[in-house]
Amino acid sequence: MADSNMATPPAGADQRRPLAGAGSSHLGERGIKLFLALCAAFSILVTTGIVVALVVPTVSFFGQITLSEFLFGAVWQPAFANPSFGVLPIVVGTLIVVVTALAVSVPIGLASAIYLSEYASPRVRKVIKPALEVLEGIPTVAIGLFAFFFMRPIAESLFPFFPWDTPFSIGVAGVAVGLLIVPLVASVAEDAMRSVPGGLREGAYALGASRMRVTLRVVFPAAISGIIAGVVLGTSRAIGETMVVLIAAGAGNPNLTFNWFGSAQTMTAYIGGTATGDIPQHGRLRHDLRRRHPAVLDDAGHEHHRDPSGPPLP
Amino acid sequence: MVIDKGKRPQRPRLAVAGARAATESIFTPSSPGDRVANVLFRALLLLGMGFALLGLAAIIIWSFIEGLPRLDTQLVTEGPSTLFPENAGYRTAILGTLWVIGGVVLFIVPVGVGAAVYLEEYADKSRWWNRVIEVNIQNLAAVPSIVFGILGLAFIVRGPLSLGFVAAAGSLTLSLLVLPTVILAAREAIKAVPNSTRLGSLGLGATQWQTIWHHVLPGALPGILTGVILSVSRAIGESAPLLLVGAVTFVTFDPTFFDGQYSVLPVQIYNYAGRPQDEFRVLAAAGTILMLAVLLSMNSFAIWLRNHYEKKNAR
Repeated sequence: MADSNMATPPAGADQRRPLAGAGSSHLGERGIKLFLALCAAFSILVTTGIVVALVVPTVSFFGQITLSEFLFGAVWQPAFANPSFGVLPIVVGTLIVVVTALAVSVPIGLASAIYLSEYASPRVRKVIKPALEVLEGIPTVAIGLFAFFFMRPIAESLFPFFPWDTPFSIGVAGVAVGLLIVPLVASVAEDAMRSVPGGLREGAYALGASRMRVTLRVVFPAAISGIIAGVVLGTSRAIGETMVVLIAAGAGNPNLTFNWFGSAQTMTAYIGGTATGDIPQHGRLRHDLRRRHPAVLDDAGHEHHRDPSGPPLP
Repeated sequence: MVIDKGKRPQRPRLAVAGARAATESIFTPSSPGDRVANVLFRALLLLGMGFALLGLAAIIIWSFIEGLPRLDTQLVTEGPSTLFPENAGYRTAILGTLWVIGGVVLFIVPVGVGAAVYLEEYADKSRWWNRVIEVNIQNLAAVPSIVFGILGLAFIVRGPLSLGFVAAAGSLTLSLLVLPTVILAAREAIKAVPNSTRLGSLGLGATQWQTIWHHVLPGALPGILTGVILSVSRAIGESAPLLLVGAVTFVTFDPTFFDGQYSVLPVQIYNYAGRPQDEFRVLAAAGTILMLAVLLSMNSFAIWLRNHYEKKNAR
């Protein structure tokens, strides 16, 4: 960087310099451009790395395990002496977490967004909107601890008639993940509704519509693409969430279960759990397997992001 | 033509009638039932927002109440210990976090801002490779964090770089994870610098890089800073990918960047939380307070900076 400053005279120093200066092919300038282009191209390298890191072990994995065994097996215990590689249990676990998280975060997040965008006074909005954005930064470990040590016991004392057999619960983990993505859903949806032109609202009010009507029949439909984008971003965050599930759902149960109140595994928690040594691993095959699942995740992430209406992440 | 003539005057009339019917069906005059619905709706919204704020605040309050007994200096000065949980602390984990985050900052600022400058100032958008880079960065931002852990394990800890399970590997992995966010934020900030600034500088004979270095980047600085702070705070709180690149060991010695085992704050908290004794639960909560204090103040600063800067730009 210093090079170029020395190589080119400061602006205006040489009065007789030709006007082509702006696009000049100075060596320093070209070097800088090359460096910046390399910075940008670095992301391609990262993507290639991810694809290679996932695809190569996957190919070798499917050399040993048949596709149907993988897709339709109902027991997931790759690390046992007699391993079984049915992916269904962890897919179902992930689905339970995602559905629960959405059931919590979509109503709460959208209600917050609608209130902030349509009902709140500017003063209230000025306080609560940044507060929600700051709370988006609560670390997932903190939410996991909260779910495990606080929400789960509270839930048991409130609803003692459910089968709370273990200290873990996949449902509570799902609720906690929902809480985690509320700020994301709320702030993206609020941005979308705020960007609906004021003229639409004024027109509707002029026709005598009440505020609820304006909100639900005019603003909400107009902002629907942004709202959906927020929900989709939240979903992909819920799919990728690891720590909360690892702590609150206990990544140990290898069986296919729909029990909301017991422990279960998700794809990400399995990967994380393997690394922490909670799940024993030995041999090359386990290793391959650990890498198989993210391929599924990764596809999901990409799929979600292709939503063209998705606004850039805050 | 003849048929058209007969139809034409009808068309606007039909359109108006249709629009009126649609409007009336949507905005019928309000009835008492409507008013009740309005009040209920408003209450429902307030309830939702109350839940959101209360739920998130409860996390902070809970960790404060739970961790308060251990909020002492030993928390920072002492290393981990399985034998004396009442004296154990986060010393090595905090040092590990500092090493890792220091590396992240050194990496993401030049590379992230460099990539953003290239894409905004130099890249010819009609070239396919530039469009590929853009789409690629957006896609990378949506990849789950644990996938970056797998990438780090395959290429940084083992494989081509073979750094081993050291802080540098964790640092590089987290850098890759937050890089897309930094690039996207820096691009937005650079885009917001008015074009007249560039034209004025170029008109006075400055080269393109001089224009960028002396005029565009200073103007975009608050926006870039916001993006960097938010990314760094995400990196501090991120634990899942680090589980895969070796931050799981129980570290009793102070780590360094390229040598020795390391751990980071969130992973150490997770480690403590998994132990059966009550003291460790308190210790985990106390560590959470530490993290919350750092992260929330960083985020608050970043968001204040952004709002302040946006207001100034809008004027």
